[in-house]
Amino acid sequence: MTVMSYRQAINETLRAEMHRDDRVFLIGEEIGVFEGSYKITAGLLAEFGERRVRDTPISEEGFTGAAIGAAMLGLRPVVELMTINFSLLALDQIVNHAAKIHGMFGGQRSVPMVIRTPGGGGQQLGATHSQNVELYYAFVPGLKVVAPSNPADAKALLLAAIRDDDPVLFLENLALYNTKGDVPDDDVPAEIGRAAVTRAGSDITVIGYSRMASLGLAVAEELAAREGIDAEVLDLRSLRPLDRETIVRSVRKTHAAVVLEDDWLTYGIGAEIAATISDGAFDQLDAPVRRVAMAEVPLPYAKSLESAALPSAGDVETAIRQTLAAVGRLR
Amino acid sequence: MSTILMPRLSDTMETGVVVTWHKQTGEMVEAGEILADIETDKAVMEYEAYESGVLGRILVAEGEEAAIGQPIAVIGDEEDADDAAAPDEAAESQASASPPPAQSGTVDDAVQTSVVVPAMERMPASPLARRDAAELGVDLTQVVGTGPGERIIRADVRAAAQATPAEPETPVAQEQNDGEEVPLSLLRRTSGKRLADSARTAPHFYLTASADLENLVDLRFELNAQLTEAGRQKVSINDLVIRACALTLRQHPDVNSSLSGHNLLRHHDINIGVAVAIDDGLLVPVIRNADHKSVGVIAEESAALAVRARQRQLTTDEMAGGTFTISNLGMYGVEQFTAIINPPQAAILAVGASRREAVVLDDGSLAARTRMRYTLSADHRILNGADGARFLADLTHLLEHPWLIIA
Repeated sequence: MTVMSYRQAINETLRAEMHRDDRVFLIGEEIGVFEGSYKITAGLLAEFGERRVRDTPISEEGFTGAAIGAAMLGLRPVVELMTINFSLLALDQIVNHAAKIHGMFGGQRSVPMVIRTPGGGGQQLGATHSQNVELYYAFVPGLKVVAPSNPADAKALLLAAIRDDDPVLFLENLALYNTKGDVPDDDVPAEIGRAAVTRAGSDITVIGYSRMASLGLAVAEELAAREGIDAEVLDLRSLRPLDRETIVRSVRKTHAAVVLEDDWLTYGIGAEIAATISDGAFDQLDAPVRRVAMAEVPLPYAKSLESAALPSAGDVETAIRQTLAAVGRLR
Repeated sequence: MSTILMPRLSDTMETGVVVTWHKQTGEMVEAGEILADIETDKAVMEYEAYESGVLGRILVAEGEEAAIGQPIAVIGDEEDADDAAAPDEAAESQASASPPPAQSGTVDDAVQTSVVVPAMERMPASPLARRDAAELGVDLTQVVGTGPGERIIRADVRAAAQATPAEPETPVAQEQNDGEEVPLSLLRRTSGKRLADSARTAPHFYLTASADLENLVDLRFELNAQLTEAGRQKVSINDLVIRACALTLRQHPDVNSSLSGHNLLRHHDINIGVAVAIDDGLLVPVIRNADHKSVGVIAEESAALAVRARQRQLTTDEMAGGTFTISNLGMYGVEQFTAIINPPQAAILAVGASRREAVVLDDGSLAARTRMRYTLSADHRILNGADGARFLADLTHLLEHPWLIIA
């Protein structure tokens, strides 16, 4: 075990995988000389040279397409999209090519590609640079979408993503880059499609991914220490495939659920989770599934408004309290 | 993956009971294989699988009843067997798509019901609370909801279950070498469950009264002499009791009623169920509009229904729609007894034997008179003691003035 930041865990995992397998290479904007807008690729150009760490023009569609071609012909590209907002410029390549090639060509070619990209607001980057559009990709069969909430998962899920033969969108989060945690020194990839129970509990199930999984866990620990509320926290870790079994099993135990998401409520991932619970645990529910999400506005730039629009620890606590009150476990 | 629905196996069938599952969960089923035995109102019939697959889940257990079209099992591909969530999804969506029809009786009754009685409102209750209530035998209509919008939640159901004495576990007979185990008939199991529910949930009270039957016995004697001469069915004391009850019920609409959610359902028709013991259980054929039928017609109908009951030929229709029930053990010499209410009816009359007794007459002298005792079991949620007492007083008056029964 080594304590390191989320940023450092990704950086070290990229380095280790490039040493392990020389088919692995990095491609993206400003990732070489500038070492990445968020310094994820620090030191890698110096260590591996321009053949393995490729700076590109500002053309997401172009270099994503180039990576897909490289993957089809046997390399294992790791694309960095500076933020998930810019992935929209590469949407056609990702959705119509990366996701479809294996199926449409009868399995003759796979696309073993990773797209690393951070989402998340709260950094005063304005409405167009602060979104959480992973939902667009989680919607598409043929893609896998993983979303680590802590340094250990960042390593284990990145190992799994690079070694997976299908295109994987690896969702990072701006607010998590500096968070620290224990990271195993081993070389064990996570199983993509498995949620983690990050806190076992019996009163209520709190479900999130990425930043909201980490926030949900912090609120649950606080409520446990302060008031003895015993919440179970699930970190989805993978949005596609979605681990419905773990969700249903937990809600069947606790009989109540709060779903957390950093994006808009309407048509969101929380709606899919709520439907999953309704399908698999309907007659075990003692209260409606409650969702916590951001305000339905383009995220404001002004700090006070930005903070007000994003879901906070206070919002999560309120939702947990109100749901517990609705099932008579908190008055 | 597909859902197996309760099939319609006869024209008059409304519900079916799964007698036996020939396949276990997880077992492979080939198209054409016998999947289950299903008992209809007419007979027990074999039900074949229409497609092959793995029996994923059994939704209606052996001995349980389901309405036509209600899902009874899920058949899936072999892969489906591994998918824990999938069968649930199918089952839930199917179940919500085709809710089981209302209890038998209420369908007919809805037509007869006065407009003054509002439709039964749906209790707001969480799915978990509904499930708990079913398992604990708690009547949700008697539970006060403390959740948002007075929603009934698990805590309320549990509190209600604790407040009422818990359902005692059905005692299991000790294994003994000197006895033999005989499986209970399906009929006995299903009627047993209904009666257990009634005994547990309906607060019964009992009122016993008696009548001097001298006049009625004389009347019956003459009546039967003339009926026999005319080649018609003879009239039993019970037939006269049926009509006497029907006429009395006209004056006591609350006794001719049922509990429906928070409402009292006053039936406009007076349909009298008559309990008939058969070898493997109890059946209750119904004499419809008994207050509009002559004693002779009632005698013919009740005799025919009893025969059909013993031959297990009664249709569901002939047993549905009862608004009041009479159970008579007089022919066995039973003096008096109490009966369990036939739910959701408000009351049942248990009739004992008519026999000669020494009676102190009004002038203080002793005389031998024919008397009969009868006990009304009433649901205290619907009726008070005084309601039942007034009903019995009017019934006694008719029995002691039997020409009023005929007139």
